[in-house]
Amino acid sequence: MNIHLGRAVSLRSETMAERKLLLDSTLDSVEVAETAVLGAAREIGFHEDDLHQLGMAVRESMVNAVVHGNRYNSRKKVHVSVTKEPDRLTIVIADEGDGFDVNNVPDPLAEDNLLRQSGRGLLLIRAFVDEFQVLPGQPRGTEVRMVKYLAKAS
Amino acid sequence: MSVKMSSRQVGDVTVVDANGRITLGEGASVFRDVIRDLAAKGNKKILVNLADVSYIDSSGIGEMVSSFTTVTNHGGQLKLLSLTKRVKDLLQITKLYTVFEVFEDEASAVRSFA
Repeated sequence: MNIHLGRAVSLRSETMAERKLLLDSTLDSVEVAETAVLGAAREIGFHEDDLHQLGMAVRESMVNAVVHGNRYNSRKKVHVSVTKEPDRLTIVIADEGDGFDVNNVPDPLAEDNLLRQSGRGLLLIRAFVDEFQVLPGQPRGTEVRMVKYLAKAS
Repeated sequence: MSVKMSSRQVGDVTVVDANGRITLGEGASVFRDVIRDLAAKGNKKILVNLADVSYIDSSGIGEMVSSFTTVTNHGGQLKLLSLTKRVKDLLQITKLYTVFEVFEDEASAVRSFA
């Protein structure tokens, strides 16, 4: 597995630390990203239930990036950024795929869709983080940005 | 860690004890294969015990729904037993509480198939 672990870089504030990872389009990368995010989340004091929710949100986002975005293409990477602040963790996951329109994803809670096998990932991510945005990637692909606040931790 | 599944008979009900994680990859496919195999062999009353399942992702949920449909299409019933709080939360978020019959204790679950 070819993983480049980014070093922590100094940002505009001493209370903010960002770590970047450049990951292959494999399921192993899902574990790598989850481990990195949970490590950062523990450092700023998230509790066990929030760690579980963050872990799930990251897994679902990484699976989307690897499977649906990059389609396991070995030439495409997943870009992960984890930014710690005293009261929050911000995670950005970007793929190099063809992009998608979040508005075209069928509502998994509609009665006709309840028995569909797939399509619940975004629903779970939204449920488990405080802020969630899906943006067109630059120059291509899809970028998801998630924020979870410590103050809202149970 | 993936999921380990073993089945036992309680009367005419097949209880499947699952242990581990039902997630994209091996966990979800093991779950699917075990339930499909039971349905194909004519088991019509299947109770899946999730007491020792710590983690299910959207792929795992997808396989559970797909297994439910498979068993139903074979003329059988698939019900769930002993969900952890986290798995209960998942079923609530996804509205699948309205699809699956869920039981807290095995005896009641087994009786419900009669």
